[in-house]
This record gives sequence, structure tokens and C-alpha cells, in this order.
Amino acid sequence: MNQKKLTINMSPHVLSPVDTRYMMRAVIKALIPALLSGLYFFRMQALGVIAGAIGGCLLTEYVIQKTRREKIRINDYSALLTGILLAMVLPPSLPLWMAFLGGVFAISLGKEIFGGLGHNIFNPALLARAFLMAAFPVALTTWIKPISLDAVTTATPLGLEKFDHIITPPAALFFGQVGGSLGETSALALILGGVYLLYKKIVDYRIPAAYIGTVILLSMITQEGAPDKFAPAMFHVLAGGLLLGAIFMATDPVTSPVTAKGRWIFGAGCGVITMIIRWWGGLPEGVMYSILLMNAVTPLINKMARPKRFGARKAEK
Amino acid sequence: MKKLTFKGGVHPEYHKEISLREPFRSAPLPKIAVIPLSQHIGAPNKAIVNKGDYVEEGQIVGESDSFVSAPVHSSVSGKVLDVKTAFHPALGPLLSVFVERDENKPSKEYAFTARNIEEISSRELVSEIRTAGIVGMGGAAFPTHVKLNVPDGKKIKTLIVNGAECEPYLTCDHTLMLRKTKEIFEGLKIVDRILHPKKIYIAIEDNKKPAFFAFQKIITGETGGISARIKTVLLKTKYPQGGEKQLIKAITGREVPPAALPLDIGVLVQNVGTLSAVYDAVYRDKPLIERIVTFSGDCLSAPGNYLVRVGTTVKEMLESGVVSLKRDPKKIIVGGPMMGIAEIGMDFPILKNTSGILFLSEKTAGSCEEDVCIRCAKCADVCPVNLVPTEIMKNVKKGYWDKAEELYVTDCMECGACAYICPARIPLVQYMKEGKLAVLKKKNQ
Repeated sequence: MNQKKLTINMSPHVLSPVDTRYMMRAVIKALIPALLSGLYFFRMQALGVIAGAIGGCLLTEYVIQKTRREKIRINDYSALLTGILLAMVLPPSLPLWMAFLGGVFAISLGKEIFGGLGHNIFNPALLARAFLMAAFPVALTTWIKPISLDAVTTATPLGLEKFDHIITPPAALFFGQVGGSLGETSALALILGGVYLLYKKIVDYRIPAAYIGTVILLSMITQEGAPDKFAPAMFHVLAGGLLLGAIFMATDPVTSPVTAKGRWIFGAGCGVITMIIRWWGGLPEGVMYSILLMNAVTPLINKMARPKRFGARKAEK
Repeated sequence: MKKLTFKGGVHPEYHKEISLREPFRSAPLPKIAVIPLSQHIGAPNKAIVNKGDYVEEGQIVGESDSFVSAPVHSSVSGKVLDVKTAFHPALGPLLSVFVERDENKPSKEYAFTARNIEEISSRELVSEIRTAGIVGMGGAAFPTHVKLNVPDGKKIKTLIVNGAECEPYLTCDHTLMLRKTKEIFEGLKIVDRILHPKKIYIAIEDNKKPAFFAFQKIITGETGGISARIKTVLLKTKYPQGGEKQLIKAITGREVPPAALPLDIGVLVQNVGTLSAVYDAVYRDKPLIERIVTFSGDCLSAPGNYLVRVGTTVKEMLESGVVSLKRDPKKIIVGGPMMGIAEIGMDFPILKNTSGILFLSEKTAGSCEEDVCIRCAKCADVCPVNLVPTEIMKNVKKGYWDKAEELYVTDCMECGACAYICPARIPLVQYMKEGKLAVLKKKNQ
């Protein structure tokens, strides 16, 4: 036996099969139902947005890493995932070049400027969407009817509720036959992905539970008080980007808290901000801003919400 | 049945079946026994034999006047070839006694002597345990007589028998529990006689059900006073379930405070192997000179458990053909894969606390390149002592020792759950250890 070949390092000597690439791949797999529902409802339009966003992300990642003479890591699935997530939150009718620009923004100013993977403060896909929203407000709020070949415009369920007091029936929200962002319309597809991620232990249940739970609680209270003015809890959960945000965006490991306690606070904060914007905001939807704002608070949450020291008495945390 | 556990932890692949196919076998006596003089935590021993001396099997070759120490015995009869430095698998070069076995002298028989332990004083029993050189055989090697010598004013209310064996691959305790159930139980009665706890728990993970039922059977048949106070408990199979603090938390619901001992909350934990050694010492007058060791891993052709004399080198185990390699290992590990130590060769002896020797291939133990942290916090979720390893790691990398201390780096017990689960393959235990050493050094200045 050649003893020179023996490896010496610190324990543990066995590792979990789940590495970073595995996690990213799992999230992408979990997004497949929502991607398919987007393609089914919005056809070629959706394909263009997906291609544009992914193309923008991968190309920017490659160019930046190449110019900074870093290891090229576009094969770690993280830029691909950002591209898919960005496409999911864009209107299906968005021109391809705008989606591409969004991808460029997500990776350059959303991620690489902070030092690359693991260092960004804000969710890159949502930051890019906020940028596009500011730059192209009309394109970002134009929605097309699902399965309409001639691209008839429509309003989103949240828009209908806010401006016309029309509550979309839950079945349509559940299966996704409504206007909205590419990947947000089908609650069923998103829940399927969420169940897969929870089962595979890729995401922790706390953020989605706190987020969705807070939205349910707040809408139940307000509906109890003024049923004519406020939409029911079921509507708030299924409509808009809540499920997409709670399952896939707020759970982004890099931009959410590292402590269990912190994740409860983070999720609840997202829920409160979402509802404030949905009730009183000029826009019908508040998921994007709620998550971005809570991203900004994450370092503080990490500092404040520390786990209890093992063996310490309550007084001496 | 309810399964007890603690918060956090991981579920590695266990691979226990490969070494558990048959009962343990006796390994041949070593031609040359290499016996490190210190095999315990505490004051080092001095050699009391010289080169050229003839020593009997079971004769003390190293001891210390200090209370916190355990004597070391020769595991064979023969001539002392030398007293010189040899490689100790955990501590590196250490003074050791080399004994060349006298092939004409048969191994000793340790006959059973009936004794009524109720008539022997606790002091006498503890002293016999010390003379037999017994240390914690689960890994830590803390002298057992020190643990049993409870200081005035303290009282052990709960005694826990640790049969968790949560490290993957290792099955030495499982085998022992199946084959020496009675001996472990009698050893337990001796400890019970010394400590008089109110409650005794025999704790076994649920992947070792046969051992659990073996103890249940023996307790049902027991008519003595102990039967009313003893209980077998099933633990969830999870790493590090056998860690002292995790075990206590699972069973009593109480947390041992930082830097305190289980004793401070009235609890004492004893490993099953240690209890079996206590039985041997008291009823058979046999010092701790052999133990069951798991030889396992995907590079061994016939993994299994062996009764091995302390001082037998791993090299000799292979040369004598007791175990053989089917492919070149990438790692040779003393202990389990989660907390064991990777060795640079095979020329080191089996010690009192050697639970296993693993030969792992590149496929099973391939080390990975460290990637960037994505703050997934899996390390924090699995940490059994509620640390946030990712934050400690970042501060250690920058040399911020004060921050590391504020984050309680010194509470880390290096179980390795964080590094096991880390998707970025960051060697977190290494950073924790670095942080701990720096913080302790700073404190001592």
C-alpha cells in the first residue's frame, strides 16, 4: 500500500451528498411546474422572456468573471437560477431585450458587484425587477390574457380587486388561468415545487410558513372587521406573487437570515409589508418590495435574533 | 414506543451492517505490543519498567501519583524491548513501552470469582477500577474512577448508560451489548453500588433494537432493588445522539450549562464498553488490556469486530492477515468518520479508547474543495449546541477572536455535524478549532 497517497484532514471524513450545485439544481427542478404552466398559458411570449432573462444572466456572469480573471462558475447553476427566477416575475408580454437587460442588471449590480455568489444583500432577480419597474413602468404593468393568441391585455386578479373590487374565483387562481407574471399565476404549480423543496430539505419551512401565515392572519382580521372592503384570506394567498415570493424568493439563502428565530421574523415582516402595500399602496402588489426591504434588514435580524446558548439559563442569554 | 432525541443533528449514511455480519472474533496476540504510557485525559504516566525487564501480562508498566490518571498495563507477557517514543494516533509521538511477547507463555485465564458487591465498600470498588486502568471507552478516555469519585456536596441522581453508538460504521458497542449484555449489566450494578442514583437509563438508538430488547429481557428477569429504578429508553437514530450533552438533553430534557460537567446537574454517563471493563476488573480481576474494535470501511475485504489486545498495531493486524485490504485506502481513520482522526500510516497501536479503524476509499471519503458560503444556515440548523458556525467561521477567517468568543466558539464540541451538512464543503470544524484555540490562548494570557 502506498502510504503517501493517504489524505490527512480534519474530521468529519464523510460529507452529505447535498452540495451547492445540488441545491441550486433542486430549486430549478422545483421551478419546472411553474415554468411549464407559464409556457402553457403564455406560449411563445413566455419563451422569449425566459430566454432573454437567462441569456442576460449567464452572459453577464461569464463576462464579469472573465474580466476579473476569476474562476468561471456559470456551471454552478446559480446564474441560471437567477435567470429563471427573474423570468418568473416578469410580465409574459415583455420584449425579449428588456428581459435580457434585466438579466444583465441582476447579475452585475445585483450580485457580482457585492463580490459574487454568497455576498449579495438583495435578491438579484427581485432587484432587477425593481430596476425594470422604474425604467419601463408601462411594459412592467401590461398583462396579457392567458392562452390568447393575439395577446389581448387584461388586469391581474390583484388589480381587479384593488381598482374594480372584483374577486377572482379561487379555482382560476389555483390553476393559473389569470393574468399576471409569467410564473406566478398557477398556485398549484408553485405549491408542487414548494412541497418538493420542503421534502428534499432544500428550504426551511419557517420563512414560507411565517410569510403566508402572516398574510392569512392579517387578511382574516381585516375581513372580519370590514368584509366589503377587504378581500378574503384565500384570495390574498392565491393571487399575485405571494406563493412565488414566499416559496422561491424569500427563501433565497444568501439574502435571508441564518438563525431559525430570524427566519420567523423575516417571514412575518415580509407578510406585514406585503399587506400594507396591497391595502394602501398605489400598486396592487407588494411582494417584491416586501422581500427587498426585508433583505435590507437581514444583517440586523442576524445580529438580534441569536439562538439561545445551549445550557444557558433564560436570564443569561 | 416513544423515541427520545435532541434538537439539531444530521443523518449520515451509517454503513453499520457491513461490520455486524457476525459476532466478534479474537485477534491473535501481538508479536510486539506497543503500549503508549498515557492513554487517558489527565496527568501523564511515568514508565516503571526498564529495557530488558520481563513483564507479566496485566502488570502495570506506567503510572502516576496524580489522582486524575489511569495506570497502563502490559497486554502480553514478555521482554521489554525498549521504552521509547512511538506514534500515538491522537497525540503524535509519545513515550511507549515495547513488549516482545514470550511465545512460550500462554495467555492468562481470568476466572470469575463470585463476590457480594454489597459487602464491598464504594472506596474499595473505585480503587479496584483505578488499578485496572479503566478509562471512558467511548472515545474521551477520561479516567473512570475520577468520574465515580463524586465530590462532597454533589450527588448523582441520574445514571445514563450510553449505548447510542451514533458514529457511522462503528458497531463495537452494538456487538458488545449483544454478546456481553449480562456483563454490562453486572458492571452497571457495580456503578450503581458506588453512586446510588435515583434513576438509571439504558439508552440505545433505534437502529440497534436487538441490543435494546436484550437489555429489556435482562431487566425483566431482575429481581433486585435496581429493577424499580432502571429503564431502557429508545433514542432516535441521529448523529451526535451519543454525545454526552445531547444524550442528557434527550433523556432528562435538561441542558448541561456551558463549561459545566454533567455532574453539576446530577447526571453521570457511562459507556457500555466501560461498564463491561468494570465488570472484568471487579469479578475477574482483569485490567483493561483488550477491547472490541470495529475494523470497517469500503477498502477492507472482510469488515468486522475484533477483540484486540491494547498495543497491537494496525500494521500487525494487516500483516498477520486478520484483516486485509481489497483496495488502497484514501484515508485511515481512528474512531468514527464524524470525529475520528485521519492517520498518515498504519504503524500505530490500538488503545483503550480505540473504537474503530476505518479504511475508506476516495469515493467514500473524498475531500472536497472549499467553496463560498451561500449562507444557507444548514450549519446553524444542525448544530446541537445552538451555534451559528457560518458566522464564527467568517470571524475566525479574519482573526476577530473577540467576535468568535461572543459567538460562543468555545461551546463547540467539534462533532462535525456542520461540516458534514455544509453544501459549500467548508471545513467548519477546522475553523471552529482554530477559533477555540485562539480564544483560549487569549484568555490564558
